[in-house]
Amino acid sequence: MTESILKLNQLAFAYSDKQVFTNLNYDLKKGDFLSIVGENGVGKTTLMRLILQELKPTGGTLSFLPNRQAVKVGYVPQFRNIDSEYPLSIQDFVGLNFARVGLPWLNRAERKRVSDILAETKLIQMRHRPLGQASGGEKQKAYLAQALLDQPNLLILDESTASLDPIAKTELLDLVKQINQEQQLTVIFVTHDIPLARRYADDYLFLSAGHYEAGPIAALTNEKVGDMDHA
Amino acid sequence: MLSYPFMQNAYMAGTLIAIISGIMGVFVIARNMSFLTHTLSEIGFAGAAFGIFMGWQPLNGMLLFTTISSIGVGELGAKSSRRENSITAISALAIGLGILFLSLADSNASYATGILFGSVIGISRQNVIQMVALSAVVLIVTAFIYRFLKFDSFDAIGARVEGLWTRTLSVIFLVLLAFSVSVAAQIVGSLLIFILLTLPAAAAKYYAHTVGMMIGVAVTFSLLGVWIGLYLSYVTNWPVSFFIAVIEVLFYFSALIFQRLKA
Repeated sequence: MTESILKLNQLAFAYSDKQVFTNLNYDLKKGDFLSIVGENGVGKTTLMRLILQELKPTGGTLSFLPNRQAVKVGYVPQFRNIDSEYPLSIQDFVGLNFARVGLPWLNRAERKRVSDILAETKLIQMRHRPLGQASGGEKQKAYLAQALLDQPNLLILDESTASLDPIAKTELLDLVKQINQEQQLTVIFVTHDIPLARRYADDYLFLSAGHYEAGPIAALTNEKVGDMDHA
Repeated sequence: MLSYPFMQNAYMAGTLIAIISGIMGVFVIARNMSFLTHTLSEIGFAGAAFGIFMGWQPLNGMLLFTTISSIGVGELGAKSSRRENSITAISALAIGLGILFLSLADSNASYATGILFGSVIGISRQNVIQMVALSAVVLIVTAFIYRFLKFDSFDAIGARVEGLWTRTLSVIFLVLLAFSVSVAAQIVGSLLIFILLTLPAAAAKYYAHTVGMMIGVAVTFSLLGVWIGLYLSYVTNWPVSFFIAVIEVLFYFSALIFQRLKA
């Protein structure tokens, strides 16, 4: 039996005027690739903010296992304000995540970690290029590399593939899948894209208004997702 | 030229100002705070006028006003849509107050132009010492929070999801900016302070692709502007801020042209 990394127990959350979900139970196993699917407004982002501890549950519990300190969350948000004139190189952008007390410049070990992660995410060739001039897929890879820099054991991709073309989507997720398998990195992939979830995820958590369902990805049938946007 | 003590003081002060402005400017540009910087310099004008009215050194009045308002603006700044309008309101109030204090202080007009447009001859050795102290504070604090400030300035969303203390950082940054504005106003004057705090860094972003390099380029541009400006001002007896403005604008437009040619 694999150990759990995150446990939702009777989790509930309500904004002042609206109940988002109640009685949400889920046991996320270490090394799992979980896809969270559901239409807009069913609380996917709210759930992510609960995991990131930007929000507090209004009922039930959300616990990290074996303890909070043992779980380091890396998060790749859906939106980022990087315009075409954004000046930093991909390498410098990724290195931003070394925000800790220290000398202004990165030390040898930190520089090594940056170049290792750039190699792992296949960005090493273009590391000196300004991020503003990178393609959508390269940008997402850079966001991924930045989130992976300080070695999280739980990675959240929040609609990271939404704006990408099919080839870039596959490239990004192949990369995530590879790291997931090689390093036992637990992945939560929030998406609208059911075919993509089927292709990469091990399990799913399907949220809909006032209701949820979870299981192995093979059980996510078309009837279940109904007329949800399959794009 | 450098045998005159006032020119020595001007060069010492100018060098400090250029270094501080180049460094802070990179973060001002990354955080989209050019407009706020402009307002802080108007607040600085009000503060300097208040200082004169009270019989203090103008720099002390400036420090008082810019520091208090930078903390206030940080609180106001939560929503950017609201921020623009609040900043405009604060600017209007600041300029009004500045004019009032100047007229109440009954000082002569050349003192007022010195504050607004800067001057070369106004800087005493004691001013220089005070500026060194203020600049040292800015540099030390910036070095200490550099990695956090860099992350928050160049990737605010990433910094927030990594759980950085972004609110505290932004208040610290604004106070540092207030200090820098007050220091820099000594030479270029409060009306033109944003030249040094924005243009060199705005130009630098077209030449450099790491934060460290951008700081290097921005400091170089502002040093060149201040040094050449002081020299030309000495030779022609025209205002130094005019020359600095022209030089920095030239740097900025050449950066735009450079960018266009590269693309």
